[in-house]
Amino acid sequence: MSYDAPIKELGETSLLPEGTTRNDITETIAGVTENPAPRGWWLLFLLSVSVLGVMGAALAYLFIQGVGVWGNNAPVYWAWDITNFVWWIGIGHAGTLISAILFLFRQKWRTSINRFAEAMTVFAVLCAGLFPAIHTGRPWFDYYLFPIPNQMDMWPNFKSPLMWDVFAVSTYLTISVIFWYVGLIPDFATLRDRSKNLVRKRVYGFFALGWRGAHRHWQHYERAYLIFAGISTPLVLSVHSVVSFDFATSVVPGWHTTIFPPYFVAGAVFSGFALVMTLMLICRSIFKLQNIVTIKHLDLMNKFMLGVSLLVGYAYAMEFFIAWYSSNPYEQWVFFHNRLGWGQLDSKGNWGPLWWAYYAMVFCNVIVPQIFWFKRARTSVPIMFIASILINIGMWFERFVIIVTSTYQDFLPSSWGMFHPTLIDILTYLGTFGLFFTLFLLFVRWIPMIAIAEVKGNLPGAHPDLHALEAHDEEPDAAAVPVPAE
Amino acid sequence: MAKQTKKPALYLAEYETPNAIAQAAMKVRDAGYQNWDCHTPYALHGMDEAMGLKPTRIGIISFIFGMFGVALAVFMMQYTNAFDFDLLNVGAGYPLIVGGKPPGAFPSMVPIMFELGILLCGFATLFGMLHLIKLPMHNHPIFESDRFEAASDDKFFISIEAGDQKFDLERTKALLEATNPTHLELVEEEVQ
Repeated sequence: MSYDAPIKELGETSLLPEGTTRNDITETIAGVTENPAPRGWWLLFLLSVSVLGVMGAALAYLFIQGVGVWGNNAPVYWAWDITNFVWWIGIGHAGTLISAILFLFRQKWRTSINRFAEAMTVFAVLCAGLFPAIHTGRPWFDYYLFPIPNQMDMWPNFKSPLMWDVFAVSTYLTISVIFWYVGLIPDFATLRDRSKNLVRKRVYGFFALGWRGAHRHWQHYERAYLIFAGISTPLVLSVHSVVSFDFATSVVPGWHTTIFPPYFVAGAVFSGFALVMTLMLICRSIFKLQNIVTIKHLDLMNKFMLGVSLLVGYAYAMEFFIAWYSSNPYEQWVFFHNRLGWGQLDSKGNWGPLWWAYYAMVFCNVIVPQIFWFKRARTSVPIMFIASILINIGMWFERFVIIVTSTYQDFLPSSWGMFHPTLIDILTYLGTFGLFFTLFLLFVRWIPMIAIAEVKGNLPGAHPDLHALEAHDEEPDAAAVPVPAE
Repeated sequence: MAKQTKKPALYLAEYETPNAIAQAAMKVRDAGYQNWDCHTPYALHGMDEAMGLKPTRIGIISFIFGMFGVALAVFMMQYTNAFDFDLLNVGAGYPLIVGGKPPGAFPSMVPIMFELGILLCGFATLFGMLHLIKLPMHNHPIFESDRFEAASDDKFFISIEAGDQKFDLERTKALLEATNPTHLELVEEEVQ
């Protein structure tokens, strides 16, 4: 048997339905970009563009008025903006995880979702990058973050985690775009070859770079792809680790913990997987891709989310253990009072007022995914759709809990404050969904949303069985009889 | 406009299955052709061996540029944050003492060394690959064939180019016919 065939002894079966041909795959996936858009697409697109307009208005107001229009205050200097930054960038991580890490582990089921997830990465990182840029208040001075000297001949401080963040996030965006594009080259060639009109042929032909599917190309291409997977894997781990350093290198109770890098990476992968799931379920039903993204794929994704939810749950528990074990009163105050809502009354006679954010987070991230222990839940589209949305909400609350409940009451009771989001906070956050979904809908409409070439390579019998062929060649009468060509 | 004539560019043989093309590729390989290729809708594993190709060396390019990125990051951060001489007339560095660390503190520079290493490695892999496979090249005589459009859909092709030293209109045709293709054609290109 060829290496790529399912291992029957382990109970593996083919991922795609029996009898799927290469042409079926091309027709289904390329057809999405060729047929008129379904009505559902237009509805979603108009909605997204409207929401994008809301973002534009919120940003314009912000730039005119300054960051005072947000709820950020002393002592909560970081609030929704950084919450949204960490949340969006975490969303992006699932794309790299699916395309790179699952590739290295040779998880073939990734081929039906990897393109999709990579696109999500690129758009999510764009949304993420927006927040630190506008958080500075004067985004036209963001070039201070680049390695160029300012008017006093001072250079940026490379010992600052915020500088690390600039390099990590911009490298991540660049590498994600390259990885995505490299994967797209053969599929652009497919679209070029199917094009009926000249404009499509020229545009897709331009991006296909003249790809001829030659094996001398595939050989270098596959190794390059492997290298991209190899460098993206440590990159994705480093990016969210660096994001967590923004917190962990400070002395703020609740932030100053060594568990942060793995905790952030696990959370990032978790939320990203959940969003891949949400979007995939929508596109699968709008564009009728049930034969390519099968229940088997979704089942595997749900198992993965269950596993990561346990990791995240462990990190939550460990933070509490360390807070208790350290005997540090500030740390304990943040965890037991600010987060759980227990303990003494605060200076105004209230219990910890943000307790509900913490319980929402635990409910969505730890309790809800436990339903995936049951096969019936893992294979039920409505259940996984609702669960994936709840997980995304929970992961947003995780970042909110980390940022706001750590800072609003820290060391000195005299400097305690409170945080309330403003309308502009909410509109800016909602607006980034407009940006994300506008880009995403354009992507599913014009670019093959599933890796055509890679899915074909997973069909049964997709690869030659050289050893059998060579043995066959040695038999003298087995040589094929030549058929006259036309 | 000059009169256009045509000259043979390549033979294009079409196959239906991966096994058929692998078998044919081994025959073409054994016949000693150099300037030929297999065109497949996806990467066929095992074709390196069937075609007798040497392993790709793109990894070396990626590694060298990755290391260059790390070195560049060390130079950039040490120059700007640890010393105050003006090396290339681009402005002197400015030793910064932050958080009680010495200006050239190495551990805090590791994240950016890593990121720049990855960044340059990624660019080198992309452009190194394009260099090795000689793309972008938007025009090629193989696109003259109408049947070749199926190479990105579900058919497999072997092309033997006229530039090959062993290329011969009759003998190459006979060789390809012996591999039992479902279709065989001579693709011509225009000479101006």
